[in-house]
Amino acid sequence: MDCKQTHDALSAYVDAELDAAAAMQLARHVDDCPACRLALEQMQALRAQVAQQATRYAAPEHLKHRIRAALAAEQATQAARGAARRQPRWNWAWINLGLAALSTTAFAVTLAIHLGQPTSSELMEQELVSSHFRALMPDHLSDVASTDQHTVKPWFAGKLDYSPPVYDLAAQGFALTGGRLDYLHGRTVAALAYRHKLHVIDLYVWPAQGSDAAPQGSSRQGFQLLRWRQGGMQFEAVSDINAADLASFASQLREMRAAAAQ
Amino acid sequence: MDKYLGENDNHARAQFEAMAMPHLDAAYNLARWLTRNPHDADDLVQSAYLRAFRFAATFRGGDPRAWLLTIVRNTYYTSLRDGQPHMADVSFDEELHGVAAAEHSEAQAGLDPAAIALQRDTSRTVNQALEQLPQAFREVLVLKEMDDLSYKQIAQVAEIPIGTVMSRLARARKMLLACLRQDVTGD
Repeated sequence: MDCKQTHDALSAYVDAELDAAAAMQLARHVDDCPACRLALEQMQALRAQVAQQATRYAAPEHLKHRIRAALAAEQATQAARGAARRQPRWNWAWINLGLAALSTTAFAVTLAIHLGQPTSSELMEQELVSSHFRALMPDHLSDVASTDQHTVKPWFAGKLDYSPPVYDLAAQGFALTGGRLDYLHGRTVAALAYRHKLHVIDLYVWPAQGSDAAPQGSSRQGFQLLRWRQGGMQFEAVSDINAADLASFASQLREMRAAAAQ
Repeated sequence: MDKYLGENDNHARAQFEAMAMPHLDAAYNLARWLTRNPHDADDLVQSAYLRAFRFAATFRGGDPRAWLLTIVRNTYYTSLRDGQPHMADVSFDEELHGVAAAEHSEAQAGLDPAAIALQRDTSRTVNQALEQLPQAFREVLVLKEMDDLSYKQIAQVAEIPIGTVMSRLARARKMLLACLRQDVTGD
C-alpha cells in the first residue's frame, strides 16, 4: 500500500471499517512512513476533537411534550378517519328497508285500486240501472210499443242474433208495453218493458252459457234488480217496484217459459 | 367496537412512544445539525415523528434509531424540496476554505492537530467548522461521530452506497481539517 492509497483509506481505518487485510497493510505502511503516520495521528486527533468538542444537542423538554401532544392528536385524527371509513357512505340496510317499504306500498296501492274497481257484476248492475233510468225518460222506453207479444217478438228479428222469449203477463198484473234494443256489457240485448200499476219493469234478455240459475236479487240506488238464467238465456229485471212484486214477476215469467219449453 | 378500537389505537401510540421517544435526542441532534437552528429543528423532529407514527406499521424491526434518523433526514429533504422556509443550505466554497491547498500541504506542513486542539480548544470552533460543511458531508460526519453508526447504517440512513459513505466521510474529514487549520492559521 502506497501513501496515496493509505491517505484515502485513513478515514475508514480510524472508523475500523477497513477489512482485516487492508487494515493490516495500512498499519504496516504507517509503521514505515512518518508522513502517513502523522496523517493518521491527525485523523485520530480530529476524531477525538469532534467527539469531544462538537455539540450533541439534546431534545429540549418542551419538544417532548409537543411531540406527545401531536401524536395524541394524530391518533385522534386517524381514529376519526378510521371511523369514517367504517361508516359506509350508503347504508345498505336502510336502503334495502326503504326499497322493501316502497315495493310493499306499491303492491298495497295496486291491490287497493284493484279492490276498488267495481266487480263485473257491480258493473252490470250499474249498467242495468243506468239503462233502465234512461228508458224511463220520455219516449225512450220502447222502440216497438205494443202490448202484443206477437208484435214485439218479431220486431227483434234481424236486429239481434238471437230471439228473445217474449211473454205478456197482463193477466198476472204485469202488462207488456213494448220492446227496444239496448246495449249492455259490450253487446246488443233485447229489453222488454212491462208495466205493473204505475211502475215500469225493464227485462233484459240475452243468451248465456251455463245451467239454469235461480233468481238472485239485489238493490241499487233504490231500484230492485233480479237476475236468473233459464234455458240458455240470461234474464235481468230492473224496476222500482218492491222486491216481492219483482220476485212474483220473475216467477210468473219462469213458469211461462218452462211451460213454453215443454 | 369503538371502545375496542380506541384502546387499540392507544396501544399503538404507547408502543410507538416506547420505541421512538428514547431516540428523541439522537433525532433532535441530527435535525439540529441539518437545520442549524433550534426552532427549525423542533419543527423538523415533530414532523418526522408524526410521519414515523403514521408509517409505524412499515417498521419491520431492526435498529429503531437508524429508522427514525432516516425519517428525520427524509423529512428534512422533503421540506427543502417543498420550499419550506427553514433549512436552506449554505454552500461550501472549497477554494475559500482552502481544501485543495490543504490536501497538498497537510502532510508536509504537518500542523499538529494536538496543537490545534490546544490553541482552539473550544466547542465553538469545531461546531462552526462542522456547520460550514456542505449538508451531504456534514450529515455523514454527524451520523458517524455523534451517533456512532456503522458505514452500513449510514448507507441506509443517507440512502447512498457504502462506498460513497466511505469516500464522503474521508472527504468530509479533509474539509473539516482544512477548516480548523484555516481557523488556526487565519488569524
